[in-house]
Amino acid sequence: MAGTALRRRLIWQVAKVSAVTTETASVRTLTLDVPDWPGHQAGQHLDIRLTDEDGYVAERSYSIASAPGEPVAITVERLEDGEVSPYLTDELRAGDDLELRGPIGGYFTWEPEDGGPLLLLAGGSGVVPLRSILRYRERTGSAVPVRLLYSSRTLDDVIYRAELDQPARGVEVIHALTRHQPPGWAGYARRVDAALLGEVAWPAAEMPLAYVCGPTSFVEAVSQALVQSGYPPERVKTERFGATGGT
Amino acid sequence: MEAVDGNAIGGLLVEVFGTEMTGAATVCGNCGDARPVAGLAVYLRAPGTIVRCRTCDSVLMAFVTVRDRMCVDLLGLAVLG
Amino acid sequence: MSPVSRGFHRRRQDPGENAGRIPPGQYLTKDFPVLSAGPTPHTALDRWSFSVGRGGQQKTWSWAEFRALPSQDVTVDIHCVTKWSKLDTSWQGVSVDTLLDLAGHDGPFALAHCDGGYTTNVPVADLTGGKAWVAYAYDGQPLEPEHGGPARLLVPHLYFWKSAKWVRSLELRDTNDPGFWENYGYHIYGDPWREQRYAGD
Repeated sequence: MAGTALRRRLIWQVAKVSAVTTETASVRTLTLDVPDWPGHQAGQHLDIRLTDEDGYVAERSYSIASAPGEPVAITVERLEDGEVSPYLTDELRAGDDLELRGPIGGYFTWEPEDGGPLLLLAGGSGVVPLRSILRYRERTGSAVPVRLLYSSRTLDDVIYRAELDQPARGVEVIHALTRHQPPGWAGYARRVDAALLGEVAWPAAEMPLAYVCGPTSFVEAVSQALVQSGYPPERVKTERFGATGGT
Repeated sequence: MEAVDGNAIGGLLVEVFGTEMTGAATVCGNCGDARPVAGLAVYLRAPGTIVRCRTCDSVLMAFVTVRDRMCVDLLGLAVLG
Repeated sequence: MSPVSRGFHRRRQDPGENAGRIPPGQYLTKDFPVLSAGPTPHTALDRWSFSVGRGGQQKTWSWAEFRALPSQDVTVDIHCVTKWSKLDTSWQGVSVDTLLDLAGHDGPFALAHCDGGYTTNVPVADLTGGKAWVAYAYDGQPLEPEHGGPARLLVPHLYFWKSAKWVRSLELRDTNDPGFWENYGYHIYGDPWREQRYAGD
């Protein structure tokens, strides 16, 4: 099925927004009703295209937040001074049309047969495709052990917080809150660095598979530290979102 | 301006090559750095899309839309695919 | 054309009485968008130099020497080929007339070379007569790296891709050879008032 999805023509089509869910003050999940959706792999993304009355077109890419088999959903963080994200988070509502194409990507994807143990490293909104992987793992009944290390500025910025507070069996979620921590916080209270990774990451000898996603600076620092600790570069998959305020 | 990576042009590459390319192997024609397309440095906020080697910054691919036609330059790559 | 996205519009300002200062196809912005085709260079001032000339005949200034040259404060409108225009931007820099006089050279053409490898071509006639500067301050502050600091070329009467960021030299040439974007199909001259965005316009 994955092979068929990759060879199918990538066409723009109009989807309907079926629901808008608030995740945090600046983050929304848009659930979409896509008439000709061929299915997707965990970790893939889709491109959306907005057109204004003067014919001006803006295109952006968003990771798919839902697992294969679930309704297509994307999670969008409102970027200050963003041109597209404020429209998606604040203006769009259920019943609106949204032009999109997808699914896209064959590199930053996970299938159960890819195995593990899995190390998922999220910087801010980089958690989105990793959440798709987690949900897919659960849907397929995979027993691959997973550690998710998720860096956010504050607890209020943690996306999918309720879901991540009740992880599936075999999944450990470790938070790092870099800017502000609630009273009594016993978790990590700094940016992810080599020492922190050393405490959390699966040892290289276990042949783990790592997925790192978030702002470019986060991905660069984390992926380099993993490779330096012995992870083969081909076992560290990366997806860089560019500069955001997310970590 | 931070670069994104080759994942961000997955759709563009399907348009140009007719197939998923983010996992395709690349070798920089200047320094020999080897990594999948997904790992390359991509600059989207410009009058065109520029893809550079992550090690030496050489331009590996350029995609520029001129009116309704796209100019595709892959001359910086020693290997693609 | 794709279906219109309900309620979506590009962030633009109403030019009002300034409408006549916006070239065709452009829209007014209050932002200063950062567009870049590569990583932002960070050249230390004690290693920075600027040269004008051709072949082995170059006139070169260090940062201290460059900053000691007579400078001008100018307020100009700028127009990017990606369609945004910004009015009344203020800069401080050395007029290219001054640089060419001191270098003792003339054109007919110039190719700007920049840190990071970017190039752009401009006829010398478009760099002289008070039409161009090498600018090191914007809005009263030292020019930030993401906007081209320590210094950038400023040629406001042409599309802003000609105002090359991180400029390090003007190479004088006999032929008008295309630079980075010109090679990919952007217009060899780039007059916003004749909407010369692409080759053949």
